[in-house]
Amino acid sequence: MSTATLDIHAHDAPLPSGERKNYLNVDHSVKSWLLTYDHKRIAILYLISITLMFFVGGLFAVLMRVHLIEPQGFLVAPENYNKLFTMHGVIMVFSFLVPSIPATLGNFLVPMMIGARDLAFPKLNLMSWYIYVIGAAFTLYSVISGGVDTGWTFYTPYSSSFAHTQVVPTAIGVFITGFSSILTGLNFIVTIHKMRAPGLNWFRLPLFIWAMYATSVIFILGTPVIAVTMFLLGLERLLHIGIFDPAIGGDPILFQHLFWFYSHPAVYIMILPGMGVMSELITAFSRKRIFGYTFVAFSSLAIAVISFLVWGHHMFVTGQSVYAGLIFSVLSFLVAIPSAIKVFNWTATLYKGSISYEAPMLYALGFIGLFTMGGLTGLFLASLATDVHLNGTYFIVAHFHYIMVGGAVMAYLGGLHFWWPKITGRLYPDAWARFAALVIFVGFNLTFFPQFVLGYLGMPRRYAVYPLEFQTLNVMSSAGASILGIGYLIPLIYLIWSFKYGPSAGPNPWGAKGLEWTTPSPPPTENFPTIPVVTEQAYDYAQTTGMVEHG
Amino acid sequence: MMGIVQTGLHQLAAATLWFPLKPTAASSIAENVDLLYYFLTALTLFFTALIFGTIFVFMIKYRRRTPDEIPPDTKTHMALELTWTIIPTLICVVIFVWASWLYVRNSVPPASATEMFVVGKQWMWHIQHPEGVREINELHVPVGTPIKLTMTSEDVIHDFYIPVFRVKHDVTPGRYSSIWFEATEKGTYHLFCAQYCGTDHAEMIGWVYVMSPQEYANWLAMSAGTPSMAQDGERLFNQLGCASCHAADNSGRGPSLVGIYGTEQRMKSGDLKLVDETFVRQSIVNPNSIALPNYAPIMPTFQGQVSEEQVLQLIAYVKSLAGEERTSNSK
Repeated sequence: MSTATLDIHAHDAPLPSGERKNYLNVDHSVKSWLLTYDHKRIAILYLISITLMFFVGGLFAVLMRVHLIEPQGFLVAPENYNKLFTMHGVIMVFSFLVPSIPATLGNFLVPMMIGARDLAFPKLNLMSWYIYVIGAAFTLYSVISGGVDTGWTFYTPYSSSFAHTQVVPTAIGVFITGFSSILTGLNFIVTIHKMRAPGLNWFRLPLFIWAMYATSVIFILGTPVIAVTMFLLGLERLLHIGIFDPAIGGDPILFQHLFWFYSHPAVYIMILPGMGVMSELITAFSRKRIFGYTFVAFSSLAIAVISFLVWGHHMFVTGQSVYAGLIFSVLSFLVAIPSAIKVFNWTATLYKGSISYEAPMLYALGFIGLFTMGGLTGLFLASLATDVHLNGTYFIVAHFHYIMVGGAVMAYLGGLHFWWPKITGRLYPDAWARFAALVIFVGFNLTFFPQFVLGYLGMPRRYAVYPLEFQTLNVMSSAGASILGIGYLIPLIYLIWSFKYGPSAGPNPWGAKGLEWTTPSPPPTENFPTIPVVTEQAYDYAQTTGMVEHG
Repeated sequence: MMGIVQTGLHQLAAATLWFPLKPTAASSIAENVDLLYYFLTALTLFFTALIFGTIFVFMIKYRRRTPDEIPPDTKTHMALELTWTIIPTLICVVIFVWASWLYVRNSVPPASATEMFVVGKQWMWHIQHPEGVREINELHVPVGTPIKLTMTSEDVIHDFYIPVFRVKHDVTPGRYSSIWFEATEKGTYHLFCAQYCGTDHAEMIGWVYVMSPQEYANWLAMSAGTPSMAQDGERLFNQLGCASCHAADNSGRGPSLVGIYGTEQRMKSGDLKLVDETFVRQSIVNPNSIALPNYAPIMPTFQGQVSEEQVLQLIAYVKSLAGEERTSNSK
């Protein structure tokens, strides 16, 4: 409790060096980091961990794309290629994308945006990071000890009875990592309900908070299901209890139902926080109130709810009944509507704004374009007749990378650039940041657009070798991947540089609205010396509060 | 209209690009699926252009001119919100109805379809024609004839995918799935496994040869004298000792199988069950799961003793015992 309860007045005194005390310089010892209950420091711990995992997962992707330059495979034997795509998927989904925005930006910002001094359960927050690290360690162990080759989807009975690779350590990793998500979700929900500053009612909340809330609901409801699924998989693999393998009395389709019951909502765990970031960036860089606040807010909740009812669209060609197919198809179309509403509202927010183009805004605009394409190509897969042809091909790969990388990662980078001055107190070189955003946008499209064509032409995914006629498009995709890879390294370099050498940012370099920008950068450990009283709507750049009604 | 679009695309592909933009359409359903695909592509291009275009115009028109510029507030516009909620919803309804109508229509094989049998196995496709001819990683079919494939897997989940026919279905162990197609263009086409199935997943590929009916008849004739699937099944039926219990005149310890395929049989529980491929397979690999009135549960399981291909042959034999009038209405 000692670190969680704060002696506020002690922080008024400057450090001996004359520096103002903040959450970063308050104590430099390793112990003070590893045992911190400060949500901001935990966010930094998460940031370092997931960045590491991102580059490990990214390295596997680069190796895959190098391998696919040649139809007969350029680099590795098929069994190793299979391990590459499996470990790329497992690491990127479970160790990077799921925790990315919630555990870093969410951890840092949820208390700051609602005028609180920490999350509701600071110790639980630290525990969630340790659980994450243990889970990630299992995943990395399975990589080092020979890898796993089941695909990140772990389909049975291949994973349970046939694969000769490290399935169990990987499944344990996924199982454990899930609990860190559950704890984060629980923490956010309680915090958002109970710790909002006076005057900050639900419809004055920044939309990032609504997105975090919706994400947390999915964390709590969905994650236990993947944990159970991984547990059952382990039981069948280790003890040969017939659950999924028909040779011992199981049902392989049952696994797919359980897996996608979590893993489709998990797609929205990855994209909803990105949508929350978008609402912050678009408003800040156009100095406008968000267009259609209530529509954007409730569309997040609608997505969270409907996302639980669409898992069957992964199984249109498994032998699911025609009627089940029809129902899952119509629900999948339905989940597209709230996303469309968001895109239209973001675009309308720009109308008559005062738009500037610093790096975070470029990432945001890139997000809108790529997410729009990712969303629209989802319609091809919600449509039963076209899904039959496209399912299991590179079209799927392209589609979900437009959402996960073009959407979620762009939003993550945009958010990181936006709040970096708040997190570190430093500015990064904006020209480099804009250049990186452009390189990433170009590299991304060159990597993944050809994959739509490949998929329609019929090239199945997860092929270590492929027929000659697909080579041109594969080479284009690999060329794009090399550009994309460089694009991701540039921010790594200048952000690390700026942490040490960047010019001082000041409390609010973007002139943005929001409680987090009313604090010094970096903020003091207790965030707010006195708890603020909120009298404004979110994003009230035109200062109209008192006259405007909601929605 | 569609023909023009397609010809145009072909010319475009041939003239300016060194890779095709679309796969050959070689089945009776392929062009209908493509038409929906083109519609969706047009829709995607339209909305992407709309969003990009609008953003681009706003970016220029409303760029920040002075550092401390504060733009006027814009109120939420309910009519606009409803417009961009309702229009996408209506578009989705149209796509849903179109796609589902096609899917439902494409999922029912014509009654006259010729049945062939596929067993997926790490990492190859075993195919048997009703005439008894077997192939590995090759499928010979006549043009203009509806073909129904009944498929299962010996080990893990595979997926039988012929891109030019726009058909695909998972091939799952422990159950039968089926697809059907009618080839419309002669040629040699890719056959892929589209569900990751282990080390050599990418090598679990083959060729589909679409031949004229005459060529197909000649091809079959090359293997003249091969016992038919039902004959293979009959031989197995005797070899495995099935005949000693399932005597045709009902004198054995088990029921006679004559005339039962395609009928509904009453179980001990009182339920009626259709005797189809799945039922016969279950009776062979897991006989105790089927409790019949008047018969003791004494049949041993044959799981592990017969391969999936042999099970299919036994089914073909049981089907042949059903008599002519019942062979075609099994589904």
